[in-house]
Amino acid sequence: MLGPGARSGISALPEVAWRRHARPQQCPARGARAPGVAMTSELDIFVGNTTLIDEDVYRLWLDGYSVTDAVALRVRSGILEQTGATAAVLQSDTMDHYRTFHMLERLLHAPPKLLHQLIFQIPPSRQALLIERYYAFDEAFVREVLGKKLSKGTKKDLDDISTKTGITLKSCRRQFDNFKRVFKVVEEMRGSLVDNIQQHFLLSDRLARDYAAIVFFANNRFETGKKKLQYLSFGDFAFCAELMIQNWTLGAVDSQMDDMDMDLDKEFLQDLKELKVLVADKDLLDLHKSLVCTALRGKLGVFSEMEANFKNLSRGLVNVAAKLTHNKDVRDLFVDLVEKFVEPCRSDHWPLSDVRFFLNQYSASVHSLDGFRHQTLWDRYMGTLHGCLLRLYHD
Amino acid sequence: MPGKLKVKIVAGRHLPVMDRASDLTDAFVEVKFGNTTFKTDVYLKSLNPQWNSEWFKFEVDDEDLQDEPLQITVLDHDTYSANDAIGKVYIDIDPLLYSEAATVISGWFPIYDTIHGIRGEINVVVKVDLFNDLNRFRQSSCGVKFFCTTSIPKCYRAVIIHGFVEELVVNEDPEYQWIDRIRTPRASNEARQRLISLMSGELQRKIGLKVLEMRGNAVVGYLQCFDLEGESGLVVRAIGTACTLDKLSSPAAFLPACNSPSKEMKEIPFNEDPNPNTHSSGPSTPLKNQTYSFSPSKSYSRQSSSSDTDLSLTPKTGMGSGSAGKEGGPFKALLRQQTQSALEQREFPFFTLTAFPPGFLVHVGGVVSARSVKLLDRIHNPDEPETRDAWWAEIRQEIKSHAKALGCHAVVGYSESTSICEEVCILSASGTAAVLNPRFLQDGTVEGCLEQRLEENLPTRCGFCHIPYDELNMPFPAHLTYCYNCRKQKVPDVLFTTIDLPTDATVIGKGCLIQARLCRLKKKAQAEANATAISNLLPFMEYEVHTQLMNKLKLKGMNALFGLRIQITVGENMLMGLASATGVYLAALPTPGGIQIAGKTPNDGSYEQHISHMQKKINDTIAKNKELYEISPPEISEEIIGSPIPEPRQRSRLLRSQSESSDEVTELDLSHGKKDAFVLEIDDTDAMEDVHSLLTDVPPPSGFYSCNTEIMPGINNWTSEIQMFTSVRVIRLSSLNLTNQALNKNFNDLCENLLKSLYFKLRSMIPCCLCHVNFTVSLPEDELIQVTVTAVAITFDKNQALQTTKTHVEKSLQRASTDNEELLQFPLELCSDSLSSHPLPPAKEHLESASSNSGIPAAQRAVTVEKASPVGDGNFRNRSAPPCANSTVGVVKMTPLSFIPGAKITKYLGIINMFFIRETTSLREEGGVSGFLHAFIAEVFAMVRAHVAALGGNAVVSYIMKQCVFMENPNKNQAQCLINVSGDAVVFVRESDLEVVSTQQPTANCQSSCTEGEVTT
Repeated sequence: MLGPGARSGISALPEVAWRRHARPQQCPARGARAPGVAMTSELDIFVGNTTLIDEDVYRLWLDGYSVTDAVALRVRSGILEQTGATAAVLQSDTMDHYRTFHMLERLLHAPPKLLHQLIFQIPPSRQALLIERYYAFDEAFVREVLGKKLSKGTKKDLDDISTKTGITLKSCRRQFDNFKRVFKVVEEMRGSLVDNIQQHFLLSDRLARDYAAIVFFANNRFETGKKKLQYLSFGDFAFCAELMIQNWTLGAVDSQMDDMDMDLDKEFLQDLKELKVLVADKDLLDLHKSLVCTALRGKLGVFSEMEANFKNLSRGLVNVAAKLTHNKDVRDLFVDLVEKFVEPCRSDHWPLSDVRFFLNQYSASVHSLDGFRHQTLWDRYMGTLHGCLLRLYHD
Repeated sequence: MPGKLKVKIVAGRHLPVMDRASDLTDAFVEVKFGNTTFKTDVYLKSLNPQWNSEWFKFEVDDEDLQDEPLQITVLDHDTYSANDAIGKVYIDIDPLLYSEAATVISGWFPIYDTIHGIRGEINVVVKVDLFNDLNRFRQSSCGVKFFCTTSIPKCYRAVIIHGFVEELVVNEDPEYQWIDRIRTPRASNEARQRLISLMSGELQRKIGLKVLEMRGNAVVGYLQCFDLEGESGLVVRAIGTACTLDKLSSPAAFLPACNSPSKEMKEIPFNEDPNPNTHSSGPSTPLKNQTYSFSPSKSYSRQSSSSDTDLSLTPKTGMGSGSAGKEGGPFKALLRQQTQSALEQREFPFFTLTAFPPGFLVHVGGVVSARSVKLLDRIHNPDEPETRDAWWAEIRQEIKSHAKALGCHAVVGYSESTSICEEVCILSASGTAAVLNPRFLQDGTVEGCLEQRLEENLPTRCGFCHIPYDELNMPFPAHLTYCYNCRKQKVPDVLFTTIDLPTDATVIGKGCLIQARLCRLKKKAQAEANATAISNLLPFMEYEVHTQLMNKLKLKGMNALFGLRIQITVGENMLMGLASATGVYLAALPTPGGIQIAGKTPNDGSYEQHISHMQKKINDTIAKNKELYEISPPEISEEIIGSPIPEPRQRSRLLRSQSESSDEVTELDLSHGKKDAFVLEIDDTDAMEDVHSLLTDVPPPSGFYSCNTEIMPGINNWTSEIQMFTSVRVIRLSSLNLTNQALNKNFNDLCENLLKSLYFKLRSMIPCCLCHVNFTVSLPEDELIQVTVTAVAITFDKNQALQTTKTHVEKSLQRASTDNEELLQFPLELCSDSLSSHPLPPAKEHLESASSNSGIPAAQRAVTVEKASPVGDGNFRNRSAPPCANSTVGVVKMTPLSFIPGAKITKYLGIINMFFIRETTSLREEGGVSGFLHAFIAEVFAMVRAHVAALGGNAVVSYIMKQCVFMENPNKNQAQCLINVSGDAVVFVRESDLEVVSTQQPTANCQSSCTEGEVTT
């Protein structure tokens, strides 16, 4: 059926054909050769009944290294000396693993498939490892795309991100595609965001929470890339996201809505305008200040600075709330919080404990303002903000 | 109308998207058996359809049940155009045909397409209702059990080992039919898959019939192969060993009577002739007398006298192969040899077994092999099997005569193979000449044998090493000494065999894998000239392979080879020889001498120096190897042994021959003339290369051992961690000035590198042993060499591994996991029990058994249950359930061994014999040749596992990839691969879990033994 014929050189490294970044390579020397006769390896495979997974090679693959680079890195790790293997053996082994991973990748895109598929027999602990590692992401990378729209346009920026962060483009792609894939799947689903992610991607609790944050940020397009936000880690944002999901989304009031954990509760944002009275009404503002100052006098190291700054800070916080009706301002939430609260405090060298004292008192005293009717609204807003601000307050 | 097949299609999952517009599929299923087809409803717009169909019922002959596979096709419904096939599932329903095996096939099967591979899965339930067949002249052989395992399966006991069965069927290869020019590759592949499936079924049925004629109930060591002859056809052939097996836990097995109570007991419910076995007076004889009065000849005459009432037991059909039995010779022979041992009455006293019940193997003569070169385009009537039958008969005859020359009446560890290139075909057969204990071979009691064995054979564990041939009339010049163990009998200086190391053999140190590798260039030629060229090369190849093996064995400081397999592969312009074996140091054999190097030109000073340098290197290597493999035989002074018998030295136990198409047989003396010591003469660069290559074989890294036998001598504490794998390599030779020498080096490097890769890949399992390492070489094209390796890596506990057991008792512990000792101890115990504590005459007990369907009193039954309990189906299902909660796919182990370390096989579910074709027209897109084959082999494993799981099993033992034919054409972006695998589906229970299971009611035992009845008649 298949006639003999001359061959092209594709078989030396099969991945090359479908992997964009892999450079065309020469087949490495296999042992010593007799002069005049060369042998080239056409085909070289190893298939185990239990699929062999080498964690180190998996990491190299996830990090987007080509086979050649991976082999070089493995050689550098001293594995040849430890095992007495040759470079050719290492090359063959690396190729085998890469081929396996490539075949597994399709299944990793829908992790429940990995559990139910019959082609690769993999122990459950290994399956979990494969999934968890595949969906893991680099801090440097996530900070670059957090809050950005997960669209084609952004994908083009991946080249720049790769250059900037030193993460290979391939790895950037994988991470970006993971974000996007999770986003697409859970986008219009009911129920808890974390639960949905866990159910559809079988991630650990920690990772599922991180993904919830990523999805939440991408959906609301919070600005995180401004220079003054650079000091914040992904963890800081994820922490805030979790609080916001818990308190500010539709899911916080009604657990049967589509998208409940992803969109902010529009009604709530609308209502936040009512808080303006706290700074617009001069009496109320003064009363609020005096309540806070009375309570904190002697307890705060930076009392005088606080007293001087109270009105500014309060205006800042309340105005942030009042502005949240506009999408644009929602996106700038973190910029505003840093500008209006974190930076002023930091310039006065407030210690974190003082910030905590202040915020506690600032939130609580509102309950004693007789003229203020939106106590619940205030608590829903300030409760979350309180946590966020404390988390955001560091160098 | 003896059977009703019922099929239910439950659901599908992970189906491919067939409608691009909706990203969904409108799937339905066609269920076909024979010429009947049923269809399910179309399940619209889903990738996970829930058909939940009715039971589709097929009313069929059991002949069809055996031949035909159930064919399930999943299709995508299309209103306007033809429905698109998604893929197919072939289910072999044979395991449902014998009552002891699986009762239902139910589970998720991968949907397979020959172009796209696996595309989703389908959940199917299959059942068979068998009616009893009263027709004596039936064509089916339902109920005969098949085992790939080349030893008596673990939960059975051999009552009789009848002997060799073979069969061969031929058909036109669909790929060479004219219609192939117009049909799609898919249709062609499917036609081929279906045909081979049909032919396998037919073959199995025919072999089953032969077994029934021999009054056996099982085939052990069943090996089925197919030959792609090309234009002249497609041959499926099989060999095996017919046996009468008894389930160890069934009460019938412990009745003292020899041949009939179990049969009679079972026959009664089926209303057959109440007394078919006229000689069944056996039971009334007291056990002891009966045991000893059974002389082989007597037994035989009894058998033949009874043949009038039973299935006709003419010597022709009963004793040998149908195909070659037409000559009528065997009949005369039978009459003549009535007084001789039962074995010699058989046309081919061959056994495909490689491991035997204790006491079965008396002496081993050595390896016998025969090869023959045939031209396929000379077959007169290619569609009929006669010509091939005659070819094989001829080779078998040769093997038989070789065995006779070695003073042996039987051949064990027998196997056959072919290598085809264009119109040239090399047929090969090999085995180990042996003398067997005749009591196992006829209707005698094994209990008796066992008792006798204990008296006779126990002191001589070295017995199998003793020469079977006459010392004064040796078939070849040999160097004999007195056995180092018993000092009474003569033994050869080296022993080559194709069998596994007998469990009771005393081995010093550990064994190791020894390979001889060889290439020979040959000119491209046509037909007759080609065949002649090959025929002329063969003897030289065999000679060189043999020399290499011998040299390497000496270099390792060992004196015996087990599991020897020599494969000669023919290509367009070269011949390849690859021999693999496991070397050991047998305590009974003399210490091997060293290797001496001699130069031809002794006057040259620097040359002399070079020689002595080499000599030193060799001596160092031997010393190092002795240390590595822990070979430290006790020093025995020469006086005790006596001086060696002054015979010319010889290093060959290998009697071989080859013949070409013109049927001329040449004998070759493999002994190296009359040289006094083992001397390697370096007279040219070639010889120098040989010596070099000897030294380049790198030992495995520390912590690794390898062997090609079932287990490694000297390692006895396996853990349960096993990893079966297949590795394939193809290298391309750039054919500029290819020389034999360069070719040899390339081939040697290929094999060595492959082994090195395996050691590296499996390094996490250290300490570990690669067992049953099986190399296969093929030459798919001019400059391509393909090597396929299948083996299993098993870890062992290092601490205990260092203790080398030397006594017999400890030896048997070595196989504790294989529960081999039960074969021996269990029946013995019960026999003595029934004699001492139950003074009932056996006849009475027999009557009792007939009425109660249970021959063993309750007290005894309890023992039965404790020792070896079969487990009901329900328990198995639970057991095979996945250990982890979140995964729905149960783990199925695969191993080429006949056992699973640390576990006990409780049930054999049937044979797995699967054939797949995969083809691609987008080779680059699928990752090139490596990507393509990697995916395909992974898919084959998956389909094997799915079938085993559907049968209710959790492992495949004696797994073998018999063929892996790979063709490529990267220019056209195409590749095609055919894979044939087989094995035994089993249920195993971890030894640590056994206590839980042993709370089984004995009633299950009775039932299983009753249903067995249809099998034994």
